[in-house]
Amino acid sequence: MTELYQLTIHEAGELLRRRQISSVELTRAHLDRIRAVDDRVKAFTLITDDLAMKQAGEADRRFNSGATVSPLTGIPLAIKDVICTKGIITTCGSNMLKDFKPPYDAAVMERLNAAGAVMLGKTNMDEFAMGSSTEHSAFFTTQNPWDLERAPGGSSGGSAAAVAAGMAMGALGSDTGGSIRQPGALCNVVGLKTTYGRVSRYGLVAFASSLDQIGPFARNARDAALILQAIAGPDPRDSTSSPDPVPDYSAALNGSIKGLRIGVPEEYWVDGTQPGVVKAVRDDIEKLRELGAEIGEVSLPHTKYGVPVYYIIAPAEASANLARYDGVKYGYSYRDTSDMWEALEKTRQIGFGQEVKRRIMLGTYALSSGYYDAYYKQAEKVRTLITDDFTRAFERFDVLVSPASPSVAFKIGEISDPYEMYLQDIFTIPANLAGICGVSIPGGFSNGLPVGLQLLGNFFAEDVILRVADAFERVTDYHTCWPKAV
Amino acid sequence: MIDRETVKHVAQLARLGMTEEEVDIFASQLSVILENIAILQQVDVSGVSPTAHASRLSNIMREDISQPSYAPEVLLANAPEQEDNCLKVRAVLEES
Repeated sequence: MTELYQLTIHEAGELLRRRQISSVELTRAHLDRIRAVDDRVKAFTLITDDLAMKQAGEADRRFNSGATVSPLTGIPLAIKDVICTKGIITTCGSNMLKDFKPPYDAAVMERLNAAGAVMLGKTNMDEFAMGSSTEHSAFFTTQNPWDLERAPGGSSGGSAAAVAAGMAMGALGSDTGGSIRQPGALCNVVGLKTTYGRVSRYGLVAFASSLDQIGPFARNARDAALILQAIAGPDPRDSTSSPDPVPDYSAALNGSIKGLRIGVPEEYWVDGTQPGVVKAVRDDIEKLRELGAEIGEVSLPHTKYGVPVYYIIAPAEASANLARYDGVKYGYSYRDTSDMWEALEKTRQIGFGQEVKRRIMLGTYALSSGYYDAYYKQAEKVRTLITDDFTRAFERFDVLVSPASPSVAFKIGEISDPYEMYLQDIFTIPANLAGICGVSIPGGFSNGLPVGLQLLGNFFAEDVILRVADAFERVTDYHTCWPKAV
Repeated sequence: MIDRETVKHVAQLARLGMTEEEVDIFASQLSVILENIAILQQVDVSGVSPTAHASRLSNIMREDISQPSYAPEVLLANAPEQEDNCLKVRAVLEES
């Protein structure tokens, strides 16, 4: 029998609307599931049981009184701890914000609350979203539900693992260089990085402001579309949010990709990608061809510069954004001195972890006098060339397809060299630099571990990549497989 | 590629306290990262303009009208030290 925690958002929504189940039952089933497995997975930094049950009760009242409901009313979701929740501790995975209670809700939280969604808790992440494994969380490492000795990916590893293990029906994450798509791939869930400007960043703790975007996790494309629908749209408090109209994403999922032009970037088959990943993705591309898509080769010649450009621009922006943590306004504060400079330096020395410091150092160096032109300016120009690659590719193709990650989930502690960890995001980073959208969906298995299939779309073409994802799901069952480790 | 003196200088710019051991670690790690990034210098960027952000928008304006904001107590609730509804900081200028 299907357990309540195994339902999709669509299935649960249908049962809620017919009042065959209540949100209280559904929410309790997820809280029970969290209690049963999260001591092993460690996806959550905070479980908000009381709030969840209160929100579930309110949702049930809406259903029972005939009030307006949305597709997310009464649906229990998990929120990455980089997203501000009013009065609820938002740590960002950092000792710096260990006790921080935001005075306001992020725009996406206002929208989810208005939709009547239920928040189960906040999820673990690499500190300040810097990392690809959650090993850089200041608190603990999340374990992959498919193999508890392996990392779930990151930085949104807690959200991906929570959805994969049935501890939440969907989740929010943030993606600056692959932080939604790579953990989605490693945990066998759908992870969508939205077009820059599609979702308001108001209340998202800033890492690299020209790259950060919030997006959903779900166990299928249709559910991801529902969450995206709820959070997308303009917001005057984020001047980079787009005024473009938000399409009806669910309506776009018509199952047909006949004649759709799908490009396969030749540069995305690099040495070092695991053979099992290559094979699964090649098979997936054949399935897309069988569904009627026109598959063709395409070149994105500046791909190999993606990681180097990113590791100038993202740390540079981070070094500026993280200058705000001074121990004066909020966050950790070193008190044991009367000297202002010593207090500032000790606050940052003790409050930040190693990866965050590494990036602040790298970014400060790249922006410092004498190196600005050679590093930062050069990186900004190469960023233009990477964007131009995509512009040309999307003249000929509607969607681009590739592996989401060069490897399946790696063992916790296996990657100790910082730059080797950075290469985890080799296939995801270019989309952030260009600002386009991308999604990772369950694309098969290699030695029993999930392989993510990445679909990249043009600006604001979330409807197109979700249509491909949904059509693919209709002829495959990878996304319905449950992890056996929990 | 990056020596200890450079690490100390950059740490000072970033106001990041650092142990001697950390100076050594960062010198070696940052050198490895910068060696990998060095391929950027090979790219011909003549005539290419820089991209500062991925947004296709520029200069979103709003009417200059005052909006309701938060009460000082709300915004000060996370402050480590405060006095008279102000953030309290250590002395910046002191008589010696």
